[in-house]
Amino acid sequence: MKYATKSSSQKGELQLTSMIDVIFLLLIFFVMTFKIAAQEGDFNIKMPIGGGPGSADSTDLPIKLRLRANADGELVDIVVNDSLTFGNDWTKLRGYILNVTGGNAPPTPEEGPEVEIDLDYNLRYEHVIGAVTAVTGQRLGDEVKRLVERIKFAPPRKPQ
Amino acid sequence: MKVRKIFDTKIAELDMTAMIDMVFQLIIFFMVLINFAQDDQNDKIKLPASELAKPADSPLTFPITLNLDSTSTIYIGASIATVDSIAPLLRTEISLLTSRNQTPKDANIVIRAHRNASGGMVQDLIKKCQELGFEKFVLRVREETL
Repeated sequence: MKYATKSSSQKGELQLTSMIDVIFLLLIFFVMTFKIAAQEGDFNIKMPIGGGPGSADSTDLPIKLRLRANADGELVDIVVNDSLTFGNDWTKLRGYILNVTGGNAPPTPEEGPEVEIDLDYNLRYEHVIGAVTAVTGQRLGDEVKRLVERIKFAPPRKPQ
Repeated sequence: MKVRKIFDTKIAELDMTAMIDMVFQLIIFFMVLINFAQDDQNDKIKLPASELAKPADSPLTFPITLNLDSTSTIYIGASIATVDSIAPLLRTEISLLTSRNQTPKDANIVIRAHRNASGGMVQDLIKKCQELGFEKFVLRVREETL
């Protein structure tokens, strides 16, 4: 009686077809569901109704920021405390904030100067974020230097 | 003279080792980068950019995400509303908070507004939330590539 040996006539072969099918299905699934999402960040605003007790402004420098818009919602003027105008230049506004705060970060998020943003109703939201960015800090390389933590919005100016 | 036939004894076999290696590498790449936690995002919303945008160090407590598009439509979960009609949806969230022994003051309203939305509309939305007792707001922005 003759026995066939593995080494002589049969080779141990894996059947890869079904595995490759599944692998390709997985690959197609991941490729189709893949989405390149931009990194997102947050600005925190604490705004109790009526203003709330809040904490004292240790710097005694309440800053009122008025943002004027044209009919298209574009920013035309930045006015600080009803007296200083910076056109639509955020750099000048940040320079002012740096000057006022001395470039020092507030000890805690609940302390330091408060900025009230008063904007025209139709001002585009990206300009509002531009204002928030200009007053809350500045980026120095990879570091972010905080300037103002307390931000609130004035009541909305409803169009007439 | 004996002529050797081609294909009579040999089976043409593809060497698939390199291909399988590459496909596995691709699968690992996509598996690592895939992000399922984007349910609160809305493709219609193009966020404004900010150079100060940095991801939060810790996850927000009880976040309620409101997506405001450029036509003043608000998307909250699968529901659609306007500033005037959002109160019932927020009251549902409040009852959920209450069932967990929390108050609206503990929740974070995450505002994802389109960059072309009017700032006044965002103010109206904040005011409406304030009237229902919410105090903490988060303005979500996109990281600006320098």
